[in-house]
Amino acid sequence: MARKLPKKDVVIVGFGWTGAIMANELTDEGLDVIAFERGPWRDAPTEFPPGYMQDELRYRVRHELFLRPDQLTFTFRNNMRQTALPIRSWGAFMPPNGVGGGGVHWNGEMWRFLPSDFVLKTHLTERYGAAFLPADMTIQDWGVTYDELEPHYDRFEYLCGTSGTAGNLRGKIQEGGNPFEGPRSRPYPTPAQPQPFSHTLFGKAARELGYKPFPQPSGNLSQAYTNPLGLRLGPCTYCGFCEWFGCSNYSKASPQTTILPYLIRKPNFTLRDKSEVIRINVDRSGQRATGVTYVDSSGEQWEQQADLVILSAYALFNVQLLLHSQIGQPYDPVTNTGVVGRNYTHQTISSVNGFFDSKKFNFNPFIGSGSIGMCVDEFNGDNFDHGPHGFVGGGYVGQVQTGARPIESTLVPPGTPKWGPEWKKAVRDNYLSTVKPGTGVHGSFYSYRDVYLDLDTTYKDRFGRPLMRITMDLKDNEIKQNKFLTDKFAEIIKAMGAEKLAVQYRTAPYDITTYQTTHLNGGAIMGTDPKTSVLNRYLQSWDVPNLFVMGASAFPQNPGYNPTLTVGALAYWSASAIRNQYLRKPGRLVDA
Amino acid sequence: MINLRRREFLAGTAVLLFTAATVRAATITGRLPWAPNAGNPPPQVRLGPWEFFSGDEGRAMDALADCIIPPDAETLGGKDAGCAVFVDRQLAGPYGQQEGLYLRPPFQAGAKNQGHQSEKGPAQSYREGLAALDRACRERYGKSFAELSGEDKIAVLTALEKGNLKLEGVDGASFFAQVVKDVQMGLFADPIYGGNRDMSGWKMIGYPGARYNYLDWVNRHNERFPLPPVGMTGNAQWSRS
Ligand SMILES: Cc1cc2nc3c(=O)[nH]c(=O)nc-3n(C[C@H](O)[C@H](O)[C@H](O)COP(=O)(O)OP(=O)(O)OC[C@H]3O[C@@H](n4cnc5c(N)ncnc54)[C@H](O)[C@@H]3O)c2cc1C
Ligand code: SF4
Repeated sequence: MARKLPKKDVVIVGFGWTGAIMANELTDEGLDVIAFERGPWRDAPTEFPPGYMQDELRYRVRHELFLRPDQLTFTFRNNMRQTALPIRSWGAFMPPNGVGGGGVHWNGEMWRFLPSDFVLKTHLTERYGAAFLPADMTIQDWGVTYDELEPHYDRFEYLCGTSGTAGNLRGKIQEGGNPFEGPRSRPYPTPAQPQPFSHTLFGKAARELGYKPFPQPSGNLSQAYTNPLGLRLGPCTYCGFCEWFGCSNYSKASPQTTILPYLIRKPNFTLRDKSEVIRINVDRSGQRATGVTYVDSSGEQWEQQADLVILSAYALFNVQLLLHSQIGQPYDPVTNTGVVGRNYTHQTISSVNGFFDSKKFNFNPFIGSGSIGMCVDEFNGDNFDHGPHGFVGGGYVGQVQTGARPIESTLVPPGTPKWGPEWKKAVRDNYLSTVKPGTGVHGSFYSYRDVYLDLDTTYKDRFGRPLMRITMDLKDNEIKQNKFLTDKFAEIIKAMGAEKLAVQYRTAPYDITTYQTTHLNGGAIMGTDPKTSVLNRYLQSWDVPNLFVMGASAFPQNPGYNPTLTVGALAYWSASAIRNQYLRKPGRLVDA
Repeated sequence: MINLRRREFLAGTAVLLFTAATVRAATITGRLPWAPNAGNPPPQVRLGPWEFFSGDEGRAMDALADCIIPPDAETLGGKDAGCAVFVDRQLAGPYGQQEGLYLRPPFQAGAKNQGHQSEKGPAQSYREGLAALDRACRERYGKSFAELSGEDKIAVLTALEKGNLKLEGVDGASFFAQVVKDVQMGLFADPIYGGNRDMSGWKMIGYPGARYNYLDWVNRHNERFPLPPVGMTGNAQWSRS
């Protein structure tokens, strides 16, 4: 039996980006807040100091900072006729674990979504007609608009010190920025990062082809910055050990660098690590959360009661905890009823590697940062006329190479043997003159009726609970979108002067073994109708009004950008609704 | 790597299996926690006898390493670069045993894109794969793989890669693909793990290693970075064994 702990005002489940934001906001309101994080404490001085953090084998290949599948995993199948099998080792994505969550080992690519992304269904139907959309596509409007989120985007950017060049200042298009972005109220807090050689060359080639390239907005800072909480970040040193690694330099925006040192000093905040929440408890009415039950590292169960529950365990785990706690009606694709697990999406990723003449090009490709890069946005969202192309959606393309750690980045031109003297010579000749953008084509992934999450019928976790089951495939719309974007991207890499290209398209079936970003979305989506969404526009549960669910699980579908700036902005938006409306009058903020 | 992984494993996961006092959940309040030596630097691989391979397996692996990465005038071959030692220590450690992976039954065959679905970890695959390779060579040539002439070795591996040489009870092509991947990884991982000896892999390609600061270099385009590589244990000259 779980032992009971003294009641708190607020319990926070999971201490990553959104957990940290919510803790700071709600403690500012004077509430007594406790946060539980299943993974260990982590920070630069001890867990990732310069000296042994630069270890590709340990952190990239063996995933040291991530969740171990034996603690919790998922099952996967492509479609409802297939038997789902457990993901025994990670591939397509890499679930975070530990204080700071994904904020520790992310790249820091910080994109705003387009204004039209938030009203996608309405926008596309108006422009192209409902018949233009595939019949099984289940995209929706978000229930919140870009203009409503703008102040919260701004807040998160200024918390992080984001480095970038504005493209649209209060409606005026700015030279050198992204002309397609929505209007921003202020410039970026710090100027864009300087770009290494290959990134600069990409920008030049793109400009010559008539595009408007701009530096990728970055949470790896171009210069020292003091944020509104008084915390100082140092300039990034382009170490090239960023994505998958913690930053030893206090240069990458993370909960540790931008919130924690300030938050931890507040007397009304407590954090417990190595404590995994296994259930959100509800009272007999089913309409009120009473708190959570968690297991600590000695295996003991505890019950923490609270008036308000914030679920911030990362998209997939948010949905898994809702299903295990039986909150909200599980989605059934056959009858098209229920909501929890509906509209699950990922990101449509591909790339083009370019091999250049080593006598003319030396890229020093190991110089990079997690969110360095020159990008073009002409083919994102609805920035271009989709009419002639027969698909919807899009993405940005760019030279976003984050470094060139040698286990992963010793590429050889297509047609080279995979081993032996020719392989060895090709590795030697090409390492310094190869362009390897990684997620160079970063496309949207829209939602479909039969792409969803539910509970598996065979496989169990270590508590005997069913694993959550992922049913996902790539649809024609995304495959066409990717082909279009990848070909455009290849043209630019070629124009940079590449002699040979290795072009990789994203194709079906969806493959759980190859990495395609950890941008997982949906399953507990926000919206305007409780029949088709789990949360209202303030991220409040329709069924249990004292439960708020953060994270990209709220995205009704995934636009062609990285999620976290929007995830953070939504957290601030939700926190502001809690502070200004909910606490005054606890209950539903929107009538169902 | 064993100790390292085990500690982190205790700290991070498997909370029901272990109850060591040092890894108890902690309440963090008032200040950022600081514990001396809380970090977890990797121990250096000790050179010397094989830890996982038998003598025969080790000879086969050294021979494989030299076929995959042949020595030449400028750079060490896979054997002298320690690639087989690297693989040996990896297989003896958590990687070999699939530590931390989800290993609950039932084990069912699935589609390739559903990922590895076997109780067998890399250690067992190597044990079976190397034995089957030697058996196949004995049948054909009357010798183990390591004893074959250079030409015959290449012929065997080429056939294996193309699926023309079948191994008994083992998927030869995917076993060989795994060996290629692991041996090449040994050439490029930090020398602390037993391969990339003398930083030969890094020197070969012009990778400066575990450096941390390129601020002065980000704007210097198309210029060769002049400094030699360093590893976690320092410069190659300081750590040559
Ligand atoms: C390698 C990598 C690179 C990325 N790069 C980018 C990028 O460049 N740009 C971008 O926009 N996004 C990026 N992301 C995504 C980004 O990390 C996430 O969007 C972001 O961290 C989400 O914030 P969150 O608060 O929802 O979840 P997280 O930050 O992941 O935090 C969730 C926390 O909850 C904990 N938790 C889970 N379940 C429980 C439980 N039951 N009990 C207690 N605690 C629990 C987890 O351990 C975790 O610490 C990247 C992700 C990865 C993995
Ligand atoms: S690239 Fe910059 S931000 Fe990233 S880990 Fe290195 S120093 Fe930190």
